[in-house]
Amino acid sequence: MKIDSIKNGIVLDHIRAGKSLEVYKALGLDKLDCSVAIIKNVKSNKMGKKDILKIDEEFTLDLDVLGYLDPNITVCIIKNGELVEKKQLQLPKKIVNVERCKNPRCITSTEQGLDHVFYLANEEKRIYRCLYCETKVEKK
Amino acid sequence: MKYLIDPMDLSVEEIDELIDIANDIIKDRTRYQDVCRHKILATLFFEPSTRTRLSFESAMLSLGGNVLGFSSASNTSASKGESVSDTISVVSSYCDIIAMRHPKEGAPLVATRRSKVPLINAGDGGHNHPTQTLTDLLTISREKGRLDNLTVGFCGDLKFGRTVHSLTKAMSRYKNIKFVFIAPPELKIPEYLKHDLLDAKNLDYKEVETIEEVIEDLDILYMTRVQKERFFNEQDYIRLKDTYILDLKKLEKSKSDLIVMHPLPRVNEITTEVDDDPRAKYFDQVQNGRFMRMALILKMLGLENEVER
Repeated sequence: MKIDSIKNGIVLDHIRAGKSLEVYKALGLDKLDCSVAIIKNVKSNKMGKKDILKIDEEFTLDLDVLGYLDPNITVCIIKNGELVEKKQLQLPKKIVNVERCKNPRCITSTEQGLDHVFYLANEEKRIYRCLYCETKVEKK
Repeated sequence: MKYLIDPMDLSVEEIDELIDIANDIIKDRTRYQDVCRHKILATLFFEPSTRTRLSFESAMLSLGGNVLGFSSASNTSASKGESVSDTISVVSSYCDIIAMRHPKEGAPLVATRRSKVPLINAGDGGHNHPTQTLTDLLTISREKGRLDNLTVGFCGDLKFGRTVHSLTKAMSRYKNIKFVFIAPPELKIPEYLKHDLLDAKNLDYKEVETIEEVIEDLDILYMTRVQKERFFNEQDYIRLKDTYILDLKKLEKSKSDLIVMHPLPRVNEITTEVDDDPRAKYFDQVQNGRFMRMALILKMLGLENEVER
């Protein structure tokens, strides 16, 4: 299968196989007008199989969202067809409106206009907790 | 100190200072009776809690201040759908300090963003209840003369009991504390407290299912009520509520200087025959609650040095 290289844009590499659509939705790529390639189950020496996303436009990427989804994703910035920068991600200290608190007793369930904020409670185990009620995020 | 949301917001030194102020108040209350003259405490209780509200109001009145507020959300704009943020924006214009209880966890934290005055969390759902924790620490400090080198048993509803979670976190900062958690499998201490706190800090703890097997080791036995309002399913509540009942027989093998604590209200988990035993300290806790809230109000209004200690 052949997919054209992009000229100016972003390539997200080393996405865990099968997770590219989740990343696509979380980053709001459906709202872009440019070409976006979702490439699934690409052979990888490091990972066995991986997914790749190619976005044919320069845009501001929410690195916190991406780092939260998977800090092992590699972000490649492409300019004039050349790789100009590779960014390594980190687990963000907090995430805003990425997850919703599932605790029915949490104030976020009733207070209008309140952001759903989660903070990194345990880096090693990648545990995030609600800022308001400390309920743990149950990852899908 | 502008806001008190979580007891862990306070450093050990700040807690020591509050205990010192409370002890000084206990020594001679009359010296404090006018310190908060012309100051207003608003008690905003979006869910009923007679004793905590009365304790706050009694504390402020004992300092010569005034109180206003409400004791349930039903007669307020909250019942019309007003947000917590808006209610606080309005009410903080009417008072000098707020004590707030709300059924939703995290509501007091939301309130701090709009409050123009100091704010104390007087309980948010099953989450935090810092003034109860401070009261417990004052009681332990007064009765045992220390907050370190103690074996503390917690008994009853350790899953939903926020007083247990808060006191466990607070006590974990003192040296050589041994924790004993006495609960049925359904109401055991949450995993996150074990992993994130007790294991992470390598603290000494064990979990058992009966009071009898550990009573002789304990310096403190902290009893709790199985709270009906924390259950979604009434049948679970009925099945578990009578699991642990403390009577004089179970106390037979205890140390003579054991103290029995309870955040109250109790239902039947401590029989009334225990009330007159010198080890029973739960009604002293209530008294200490008032003095600790006086100390806290003074500290948060910046008036703690108005009386020479």
